Amino acid sequence: MVSKVVGSPEIAVADIRDGATIMVGGFGMAGMPTALVDALIGQRARDLTIVSNNAGNGETGVAALLKAGRVRKIICSFPRQADSYVFDALYRAGKIELEVVPQGTLAERIRAAGAGIGAFFTPTAYGTMLAAGKEVREINGRHYVLEYPIHADVALIKAREGDRWGNLVYRKTGRNFGPVMAMAAACTVAQVDRVVEVGALDPESIVTPGILVHRVVAA
Amino acid sequence: MNRWTRDQMAARVARDIPEGAYVNLGIGLPTLVANHLPPDREIFLQSENGLLGMGPAPAPGEEDPDLINAGKQPVTLLPGGAFFDHADSFAMIRGGHIDICVLGAFQVSVAGDLANWHTGDPDTIPAVGGAMDLAVGARRVFVMMEHLTKKGEPKIVERCTYPLTGVRCVHRIYTDLAVLEVGPSGLELIDVVDGLSIEELARCTAPIASGSSTPGR
Repeated sequence: MVSKVVGSPEIAVADIRDGATIMVGGFGMAGMPTALVDALIGQRARDLTIVSNNAGNGETGVAALLKAGRVRKIICSFPRQADSYVFDALYRAGKIELEVVPQGTLAERIRAAGAGIGAFFTPTAYGTMLAAGKEVREINGRHYVLEYPIHADVALIKAREGDRWGNLVYRKTGRNFGPVMAMAAACTVAQVDRVVEVGALDPESIVTPGILVHRVVAA
Repeated sequence: MNRWTRDQMAARVARDIPEGAYVNLGIGLPTLVANHLPPDREIFLQSENGLLGMGPAPAPGEEDPDLINAGKQPVTLLPGGAFFDHADSFAMIRGGHIDICVLGAFQVSVAGDLANWHTGDPDTIPAVGGAMDLAVGARRVFVMMEHLTKKGEPKIVERCTYPLTGVRCVHRIYTDLAVLEVGPSGLELIDVVDGLSIEELARCTAPIASGSSTPGR
């Protein structure tokens, strides 16, 4: 019997190694897998690269991970927020590396990794400093910038319900990066509000099919 | 000098949004446009964090932390609304499916270059969000901003001095003094606040196209 359900967030993240690249779902706190991030803080892995839309809010989720000194680099679209003081202080002290990526390019680079795409051309950021040094091509009279996929060792995402095969449904705008990050990581861990029986989720409504999910943990 | 208020600016933008339009409203001043959409028109608001059919702010106590807009403020979903993931959301934006996007700006050039994400100050922490995607992806990009900086300098310029968000991407500019279309031969005056002459407007704006006629009002 296949079961991807694990007993606790701590077990779910126990094998994450130093230097790992970790995607963390969420847009602000909506869809942030806080229990998984807290469990990651509790284990020893450091020197991490985090891929997430923001650089944390207050002192919870990604911000707490940053505060614990575990993160070497963050790849995100919008680090600076009213309550991003943990990131701001680390950045100004030169203690964290930042790669700013336009939000759509971030989503598409993650999606490309998950879909086996080697690279893609996008018009976003053409002519701006975020395209500096990147290959540019004119296609049918429009200028495009070459962007490469972002792969991860682990994706930590949050969903509303999951079954033991890893099928997931999300809740409202908490869905955000979950489905694409699930595709792009070697190991996808889903924190769910509740685990349901196989067959309980409407197959017409499953957003992330279980093939893309490796561990499910209720928290 | 007579000026339109922020709400009058928002109402002026809203007047130009037709029935059936799919619209993304940027953070800040553009969010006010939602309050002025004519109730007799069905207009679909998209928020890039993954919803279409965005409704107004919830009543106090009704906020849902999983139902937020791009500014991370609590919102509601109207009947017929939908949720989707970030790749789908930005495919809508980058794939040319959004009819109108309304963005704030630091500067816009006469050619329609947009600068709205970074002041160029090296001490600023860079944060771009979806601005560059919206700038190149929406079919029509409206900019909504004050006509002058707090120091009284024009924000509509020959060339942007702030770092660009997008090249030749702005179609129309709504300020507290005027509405200007970015035309193939330069800026065209669409509307101007009561009591302001074109000469006065021109003094605080990069050149307006010479062929521009007095707006019919």
